[in-house]
Amino acid sequence: MEYEVVIGLETHAELATITKLFCGCSTQFGAEPNTQVCPVCLGMPGVLPVMNKKAFEYALKAAVALNCEINRFTNFDRKSYYYPDLPKNYQISQNYYNLGINGCMNIDLNGNRKTIRIHNVHLEEEAGKLIHPEETGADYSLVDFNRAGVPLLEIVSYPDMRTVDEVDSYMQTLRKILLYTEVSDCKMQEGSLRFEASISLRKKGIDKLGNRVEIKNLNSMKSVIKAIEYEAIRQSALLDKGETIDRETRLWDEVNGKSARMRSKEESQDYRYFPEPDLLPVLIDEKWLSAIKNSIPELPLARKQRFVEAFKLSDYDASILTEEKVLADSFEECVKIMDRPKAFSNWITNDLLREVKDRKLDINSLQIKPKQLALLVEIVEKGTISSTIAKEVFSEMVQTGKDPQKIIEEKGLTQISDEGLIEAVIDKIIASNPSVIEDYKKGKKNALAFLVGQVMKETKGKANPKMVNELLKGKVGI
Amino acid sequence: MRLLESTALQIQEKILSKEIRAKDVIKLFFERMKDIEPHVQAYITINEEDAIKKATEIDKKLERNEKLGLLAGIPIAIKDNICTKNLHTTCASKILKNFIPPYDAFAVKRLKEEDAIIVGKTNLDEFAMGSSTENSSFKITRNPWNYNYVPGGSSGGSTAAVAADLSFMALGSETGGSVRQPAALCGVVGVKPTYGRVSRYGLVAFGSSLDQIGTVTKDVRDAAVLLRVIAGHDLHDSTSAQVPVPDYSNGIDSGVDGLKIGIPKEYFAGGLNKDVDNAVKDALKIYKQLGAKIVDISLPHTEYAVAVYYIVANAEASSNLARYDGVRYGYRTDRASGIVDMYCRTRSEGFGNEVKRRIMLGNYALSSGYYDAYYLKASKVRSLIKKDFDIAFEKVDCIICPTSPVPAFKIGERANNPLEMYLSDIYTIPANLAGIPGISIPCGFSKEGLPIGMQILARHFEEKKLLQIAYTFERKTDFHLKKPALKASVV
Ligand SMILES: [Zn+2]
Repeated sequence: MEYEVVIGLETHAELATITKLFCGCSTQFGAEPNTQVCPVCLGMPGVLPVMNKKAFEYALKAAVALNCEINRFTNFDRKSYYYPDLPKNYQISQNYYNLGINGCMNIDLNGNRKTIRIHNVHLEEEAGKLIHPEETGADYSLVDFNRAGVPLLEIVSYPDMRTVDEVDSYMQTLRKILLYTEVSDCKMQEGSLRFEASISLRKKGIDKLGNRVEIKNLNSMKSVIKAIEYEAIRQSALLDKGETIDRETRLWDEVNGKSARMRSKEESQDYRYFPEPDLLPVLIDEKWLSAIKNSIPELPLARKQRFVEAFKLSDYDASILTEEKVLADSFEECVKIMDRPKAFSNWITNDLLREVKDRKLDINSLQIKPKQLALLVEIVEKGTISSTIAKEVFSEMVQTGKDPQKIIEEKGLTQISDEGLIEAVIDKIIASNPSVIEDYKKGKKNALAFLVGQVMKETKGKANPKMVNELLKGKVGI
Repeated sequence: MRLLESTALQIQEKILSKEIRAKDVIKLFFERMKDIEPHVQAYITINEEDAIKKATEIDKKLERNEKLGLLAGIPIAIKDNICTKNLHTTCASKILKNFIPPYDAFAVKRLKEEDAIIVGKTNLDEFAMGSSTENSSFKITRNPWNYNYVPGGSSGGSTAAVAADLSFMALGSETGGSVRQPAALCGVVGVKPTYGRVSRYGLVAFGSSLDQIGTVTKDVRDAAVLLRVIAGHDLHDSTSAQVPVPDYSNGIDSGVDGLKIGIPKEYFAGGLNKDVDNAVKDALKIYKQLGAKIVDISLPHTEYAVAVYYIVANAEASSNLARYDGVRYGYRTDRASGIVDMYCRTRSEGFGNEVKRRIMLGNYALSSGYYDAYYLKASKVRSLIKKDFDIAFEKVDCIICPTSPVPAFKIGERANNPLEMYLSDIYTIPANLAGIPGISIPCGFSKEGLPIGMQILARHFEEKKLLQIAYTFERKTDFHLKKPALKASVV
């Protein structure tokens, strides 16, 4: 039987504020356990939350970037459940008046667009982290509350995705939007971006949605894809056998590539939501909202389109350039200095990204500056160095942040365009390779390339290749 | 007058004029404490050593002519659900028996800034849930006027302490009348400020949308000073109001001439004790003589107040008390197998029956499928009750009614009848639901010789007017000067 896979995603992104959502504790990742805590984020008796305005604005910004309708009156609700990592045993979240509702996001599928609707965007607080001691048989667990109270944005999509490619594109696009708007650092390895998937299957051509299964514990985008593929196969096998799908929550086991039931629908919790009496409702006026709207930069998909049209870049190059905001920004800065979009695009998408990958550099703190890259392109155009040497210079620039002229000077890499100098080297090479000259004269055309190579080698690549070619041809007599 | 029977302002005057040293007052105070406290049982924790240290400090400052705070030298007690740094804060619950907060409540911080001397933490119904102070896990506080009677609650420790001259002043807290009702039953002055007037930071939460710290004093002028100190905006409480705090003592003697006093007919209906009814009506005659106009008014939704209160307060309490789970602080069971078992045992062993009853009621009211019928509907009726007051205050300047339908009842008399106990707060609850300020002042005695209180209610943030109206009556009467006949070697 053929089934249609219906997928929705719930995304949690930690917001990039310096302090927590309801207290002044630091949000810095990786500190010693329980060193970034206070009575408020530990849920001690009598303490009260105070809203971090920056966090609220970040959430608002994300909601606007995701084309949501903004609730001008929003408030917070308590979501109650018991878990040792949740200090108050309720989470301050939003339920009755979410910050943003009815949004949407366009995703790109090899040049085709699809719109995924966003059900809601809301702000809540992060929980702490349980630590299970290494020793086997330990009869206790530990809790680290450093993370408790970090502002968390939840983005709930409609079940509008049908393939893993769409899911992949949704995750990538969402990540880019959150990075572009600078509301989250989206570091999946630090847990600041997390996904949960809900999957149901239905027979092709049928409208009614099947029973939905939610999958948690997805630690990377790859595991999201793998878990969805696994779940689609599991459900279709059951349906083929005539069985029904239970509404349940499953946990993904990355090591074994399987999921297992965590709890069924019947066991699902009653969160007993009610309005948080310790916080005042937030009223969002026109002035505030338009300030937020104005603070949102051009988003990746729109920027990519503009790069293709304005700079005549390929769709592929434009999408790599817009992948990271910092790359796109640098590219535009280069183009502003010198109108050579194609050259800059090549340098960035090929050479720079290779250096970043090989040397494991942080793309957001690169030493090389757009002005320097523009200089390099200019130097190559002038013929001061060959493009081969330019690559060497570029690598040095990435590593040291030095200007290209300085590197060329220090390493003596200026291209040799002095006819006399080149001729002298050519003479030396001809003299030491009589047999190659013979071959060439007999008609072996690639012998010439060998000789050019020898000359370049002798000059450490600095000889002007065009001149070497012409002079060599003259010398060996054509 | 005997020294420890003076009001806070009187004793302060003696200290500031160097008639007596703060240290001598405090020593005398703790001597009397040893005499009387074993009978009254007002305190959970006594802070003697710190208090003596603080008193000595004040004497030194005085010698050096340094500037002193508004409450300099005044011994003050704090209800044990208000956090005090490095001093036990138990909420009269086994679950917080060993809890020592690393922070002060905003109100406590203010007391310290104004040089008050914190003498101890007073008893209450566990987590302030009750109207008799019988629900404490540690002790039953007795009414100083008759040890067989309850002091009222939940701030019964604070009101009994002030009534027995075991403190000059005290902080209490209200969710549904927990300062005014015991103040009435103990014959002292209790103020519940407007919701948001005093920061709730550090007040252990019960019903967050109703909770408010209040004052317990021997007279109205003391209340004016104490309220001035603890009121004001606090960055740590988003619901605390950014309304300026006036000097409540200034103009307190301006009288009531021409003032319109509303008498709500719903508060003088069946169930009202005859002595209480008479005392309040006599008080109204005095106001009339003093130039006030008495106006009959109606607060038609009063009959729903208790029901609304027990849904809203318990729903919020069920959530506020979820944090006592044995994970981070407080009591933890010593025989748990697994986390769920630990939660269950810790909470079953740590909470008393009344607290458990309210947690269950509250969780029920918030459950999926019941939320609309209970919590949401209660919230809607609450706004009707609030509207009743808004309409009434268009016609009158204040409302006067009994604080409690009855004087103090006997210990144990209502302990096994929660519903009857809940009705003790029938006249105080509406002000908490509406968020308006109220004061209870002594206005008479019952046949049994037990104090009777009358309450005055005013518009939001009109505490100044409230105190002025109360003081006008107090100045004309001597109910507040009567003292219970406690046998003590130190007075
Ligand atoms: Zn904190």
